[in-house]
Amino acid sequence: MAELKLTDVAKTYGGTVDVLKNINLDIEQGELIVFVGPSGCGKSTLLRMIAGLEKITGGTLEIDGQVVNDVPPSERGIAMVFQSYALYPHMTVRENMSFALKLAKKSQSEIDAAVNAAAKKLQLEPYLDRLPKALSGGQRQRVAIGRSIVRDPKVYLFDEPLSNLDAALRVATRIEIAQLKEAMPESTMIYVTHDQVEAMTLASRIVVLANKGIAQVGTPLDLYERPENEFVAQFIGSPAMNLLRGVVVETGERTGVTVGDGGGMIWSDVPTTGEDLNREVNVGIRPEDMLPTEDENYAFEGTVDITEALGEVTQLYFAAPKMDEDTDTVIAKLPGVVRDMRGKTVRLTAAPEKVHLFAEGRSLLYR
Amino acid sequence: MHPALQGVITIIVGVGGCVAYFYFSNLFLDKVLYPARGPNAGRNINRANLIRPWLFLAPAVLALGLYLAYPVVETLRLSLTNRLPGGGYEWAGLENYSQMVADPKFGEALFNNMLWLFVVPALSTAFGLLAAQLTDRIKWGAVAKSIIFMPMAISFVGAAVIWKLVYDYRAAGEEQIGVLNAIVVSLGGEPTAWLTVPFWNNFFLMAVLIWIQTGFAMVILSAALRGIPEETVEAAIVDGANPFQIFFKIKVPQIMGTIVVVWTTITIVVLKIFDIVFAMTNGQWETQVLANYMYDKLFRANDWGVGSASAMVIMLLVTPILVWNVYNARKEMR
Repeated sequence: MAELKLTDVAKTYGGTVDVLKNINLDIEQGELIVFVGPSGCGKSTLLRMIAGLEKITGGTLEIDGQVVNDVPPSERGIAMVFQSYALYPHMTVRENMSFALKLAKKSQSEIDAAVNAAAKKLQLEPYLDRLPKALSGGQRQRVAIGRSIVRDPKVYLFDEPLSNLDAALRVATRIEIAQLKEAMPESTMIYVTHDQVEAMTLASRIVVLANKGIAQVGTPLDLYERPENEFVAQFIGSPAMNLLRGVVVETGERTGVTVGDGGGMIWSDVPTTGEDLNREVNVGIRPEDMLPTEDENYAFEGTVDITEALGEVTQLYFAAPKMDEDTDTVIAKLPGVVRDMRGKTVRLTAAPEKVHLFAEGRSLLYR
Repeated sequence: MHPALQGVITIIVGVGGCVAYFYFSNLFLDKVLYPARGPNAGRNINRANLIRPWLFLAPAVLALGLYLAYPVVETLRLSLTNRLPGGGYEWAGLENYSQMVADPKFGEALFNNMLWLFVVPALSTAFGLLAAQLTDRIKWGAVAKSIIFMPMAISFVGAAVIWKLVYDYRAAGEEQIGVLNAIVVSLGGEPTAWLTVPFWNNFFLMAVLIWIQTGFAMVILSAALRGIPEETVEAAIVDGANPFQIFFKIKVPQIMGTIVVVWTTITIVVLKIFDIVFAMTNGQWETQVLANYMYDKLFRANDWGVGSASAMVIMLLVTPILVWNVYNARKEMR
């Protein structure tokens, strides 16, 4: 029911400490946008600015074409679900859910109808007369969501809503939120999390925040398959993408690079021009894209230091790579169970469509 | 001997005596009475451990018994007897009580006590809550809180003297040294002897206690307000609550338990109120209260029977509130 438009939004504390700057983002109606980023990147702050709980110190925020920078939270047409649920402990579930409507001076019949409908949707009917302390964590979170639903907001804001739940409940509640979104295709949702799985599974588009700004905006698979920069490449996907030093030796539709002092040349599907010849690049290969090879042309050769057998995959951690001391540990993820790898020297390569190229931190795909 | 030296010796003897008592009594228990050796070592250890808690409890039990429990029983006995001239007692039944009830001063004291009971805890708690909320998260809040809390450090008698000066009266035309009259005169009014105005002078006395207890209420309630999860307040803001609704519908209900504890604690102080009335009016001009009435009867009129009877009345009034207070305080701690 709403479009959001953030233009040059910035947040500065005390006039000196920049937390966020130059945030430009268009959110369309019906989207489920997920903000992810490392802790301290300002994702919660950005959400709270949209909610109106933090002052916007620069730029404009529009909801449905109307600038709402100075509109109080309750009049922005938003509803927020907090990390700690933030239920009013002295009110029953019913009172919690009807509080906003009572403040808005809605009639009792309207309030009852809205609360009952939300309770039904969230399977909270048996608990309506209980106090929050008599509910489990998952039930409390549903009440918090119900409190948002009854207000029928234009935009739902979720601030790490699952991080207080245990692992099993988190998965169940995540699926419930996905189903809720499906049941309300018209409503716009913004969801903050530090959990990649939540981001990948729920989002229609993910906004990766880093270094006080937006690192990349895109669909989950966009971010995975075509990261715009090294930060997103390493942030999305687990374990993080391996970055190896390399030099461009052939340009064109496909690019040939030699990696470190490794053996020969590997190909990448990223197109380059003649200007890029001899350019130093970082070659990015995800652990799951690493393939063992016997070929003379390989991307990496190293001794297996640690193996982690997870059953469905086996993760190989390589000892200090022979090429470069300040390169991160290289990790390969091989399908299935691979036995007796420890201490062995392995050569790895990757398919050309899986090889990413970065120069000065940015992907050569985006130029 | 120099009094300071006496004080030091008292402290050394007192503290040293405590340490010595605990040390030697435990030593006696473990080495002499039930030594942890010989054929019955295990049984002896168990027995010693059964007795040990009582060693630690004994001094407190003795002191409380002597100074709290025994006086209650003795007061009850005194209230039911009359002293005979030349010594000895006679059983008087409820005679002292009926005599007391017939005394108009007792009725006045009871009425005034009720008045104190309703006004002082209510206003102290209300002002304390107001001060706690207004000073919350403000730069100079800590300074304001210290100033409001300061009267707590003054004894009731000291406070009574200060306020007696505030209410001081000098004849019209003279320099008014009482602040209240000075203000009244400067506004063109006539000076009044405030403490002699029946009925209203009760409230002038109550002001002293409210002035003191507001600081207490503020400190406790301020801590309780800090304990309210910030997100519930933010949720209320998003829900559209204005500052008054946030305060009365979100914050106050969440600290209701603490408010009750503060309220009942002040109520108990009020029921026992003595010093302020004693020092400022001594119960004259219709300001009598129960504790001062008891003091009057017991130590001025030497009427031990009626004095003890009024003491029993005070105890009966305090007990239920005390029980309620302890119950709530325990509930808060859980």
